[in-house]
Amino acid sequence: MDMTVAKKKLGLKEKYKLLTRDLGWEPTYHNKDEVFPYVKYEGIKVHDWEKWEDPFRLTMDAYWKYQAEKERKFYAIIDAHAQNNGHLNITDARYLSALKIFLQAISPGEYCAGKGFARMGREFPGVGTQVACQMQAIDEIRHAQTQIHALSNYNKFYNGFHAFADARDRMWYCTLPRSFFDDAMSAGPFEFMIAIGFSFEYVLTNLLFVPFMSGAAYNGDMATVTFGFSAQSDEARHMTLGLECIKFMLEQDPDNLPIVQNWIDKWFWRGFRLLGVVGTMMDYMLPKRVMSWREAFEIYGIENGGALFKDLARYGIRPPKGWDDAGKALDHMTHQFMLALYQYQFGTAFHSWIPSEEDMAWLSKKYPTTFDKYYRPRWEHIKKLKEAGTPYANMGLAKLCQTCQIPTVFTEPDDPTTLCHREVEYKGETYHFCSDGCQHIFEKEPEKYIQGWLPLAAIFQAPLNGDLGAWMEWVSLADGKDNGDFAGSEDQRNFEAWRNQATSNQ
Amino acid sequence: MAVTSTKPYVGVPRDRVENFNGKQIVYVGWDQHMLFSTPFMIVVEPGMKLGDMLQNAVRPLMQPDPDAPAVDFGKVEWLKGKQPWTPNFEASLADNGIRHKQQLTFRTPGLNTLGAAGR
Amino acid sequence: MSTVFIAFQANEDSRPIVEAILADNPAAVLDEQPAMVKINAEGKLVIRRESIEERVGRPFNLQELQVNLITISGHLDEDDDTFTLAWKN
Repeated sequence: MDMTVAKKKLGLKEKYKLLTRDLGWEPTYHNKDEVFPYVKYEGIKVHDWEKWEDPFRLTMDAYWKYQAEKERKFYAIIDAHAQNNGHLNITDARYLSALKIFLQAISPGEYCAGKGFARMGREFPGVGTQVACQMQAIDEIRHAQTQIHALSNYNKFYNGFHAFADARDRMWYCTLPRSFFDDAMSAGPFEFMIAIGFSFEYVLTNLLFVPFMSGAAYNGDMATVTFGFSAQSDEARHMTLGLECIKFMLEQDPDNLPIVQNWIDKWFWRGFRLLGVVGTMMDYMLPKRVMSWREAFEIYGIENGGALFKDLARYGIRPPKGWDDAGKALDHMTHQFMLALYQYQFGTAFHSWIPSEEDMAWLSKKYPTTFDKYYRPRWEHIKKLKEAGTPYANMGLAKLCQTCQIPTVFTEPDDPTTLCHREVEYKGETYHFCSDGCQHIFEKEPEKYIQGWLPLAAIFQAPLNGDLGAWMEWVSLADGKDNGDFAGSEDQRNFEAWRNQATSNQ
Repeated sequence: MAVTSTKPYVGVPRDRVENFNGKQIVYVGWDQHMLFSTPFMIVVEPGMKLGDMLQNAVRPLMQPDPDAPAVDFGKVEWLKGKQPWTPNFEASLADNGIRHKQQLTFRTPGLNTLGAAGR
Repeated sequence: MSTVFIAFQANEDSRPIVEAILADNPAAVLDEQPAMVKINAEGKLVIRRESIEERVGRPFNLQELQVNLITISGHLDEDDDTFTLAWKN
């Protein structure tokens, strides 16, 4: 009788080696430069691709197994959410604005990251890198899909969710994330890795997916917590890929240091600007708040980012150029952003509002040196205008930054009463910027940024030629439904009526 | 290098003046008046008189600020770009040398009701 | 020394993992937030397969951590028996 002997299982390191490295091959009838044409022009020197290793040592078979488990968990909860009127369990319908911004501005970014990683998986010669990029490409597509599926339940009941794809392409506030990802995707493979893998994933994603999603849980939003946490579970792998990429470049050749430092400076600042939106969602759009944007940035930006840069100092890396300016902006940026969203609310596919007394008390407590001094007087005045029957709308349209494409709402780092005014002449044209950080990025690659499609200037060009009604149609904004003040909106009325129905027998 | 690329590359600016149907962009900012999140973007013909642009396009936008009625454009301090400047309100934008996408800023020292708390 | 951290979704899968981490890392500090648990430690944090297996009563593959993982900070090194996060400086 045969004895069944348990087959000796491969160790993790051995299995990883077999299922990545050993799948690679040397081309014979083309040279490597023809097969990988984009890997050298950025100036990064690589001597040994074998040195790139994924510390998770995840192989494709294990990847599919764990991802399938995540998907099963996710869709079970999404079904329950739909079957049990989960949309009525959120704390307040104001919270929906945060979800609308997420769907219009952030989910399409996930999809772009997916396209970007698919390309990088093709362009990098290293096999370990190819496998990791392939996994991340699939992850990012999954994130876009799960977010759209989760939020489609809200689209059945509320305004502002229906045209997120048009918003992504055409809405003025969506060009902020769109230009971020377009900039990264039109860069070379190494810069892309710094942009998305390192700056966005390692330094900044924690702010998006950790305190904000914990905030979603606090606000009773089971669907968002679920897609958020399901996406997060992939982020640890993404962060690790970004960190490995940076270590790899720095260890391969000392000439890589200045190139890498320049990308860190650039992408930290672009990411910081992008996350200003998330900060505004945290400070103003969550009816119940876990922590302020400032507190979150202290933990995940300053403390965690600081630890990282201290660690990378051994390679000669210093903290990003905009680090100090970012620190100075922390107590101001979300207030400046929300005031802008409010005054341009006729053109947003989400609602904004004047913060309540209770909200303002919380903001003064969280921003003791700035809120009462600078921002409360503006909100009090806006409140007076509304009570007088002349609600505030700024019909002047905004000056946009040529680099980040955000309205230039930010102030001088050392003077919160003066808007930052930066302009550059290039080939006879004038370009404006929101900050030194964005100006420096432009000046390094002007031929790239002069092509920026600035959405407000575009309104006055063909085919819209200044017609605001035609613009609303073009961005799929339903006037009087999707836009304007939350107070008196259809979303507010419906949520109240349906919630009353759900909690009584009337 | 004006862009990191595999071969020479020249970009085409999207916002050149010829794309605006005979008009141009002028940005007008009111220093220290932070109720307005950014300078106003005004799109007008370069032949328009500066005074007309200020009265007809800029002044209505300033109304939400309580200081608006007290502003006399003839008496405020002006910057064109970043330089101190003396405007000619009777002359056109073009004759005032106001180029496409140029920013004008006016200062109203001592007049800042909403900013008073921040001083 | 800088702080390393790891965060998990707050659920029954994570509970024995968190218990094992706290038992194996005396310097670890637990930070409970809505729907998530975060563990912070100065310099280094080690997750041991055996400690988790003792608590769940079955073989445990450290790659299973990924299902409920939220975020990490520090350099990672993973093999069959341990999952280690550390800052080198």
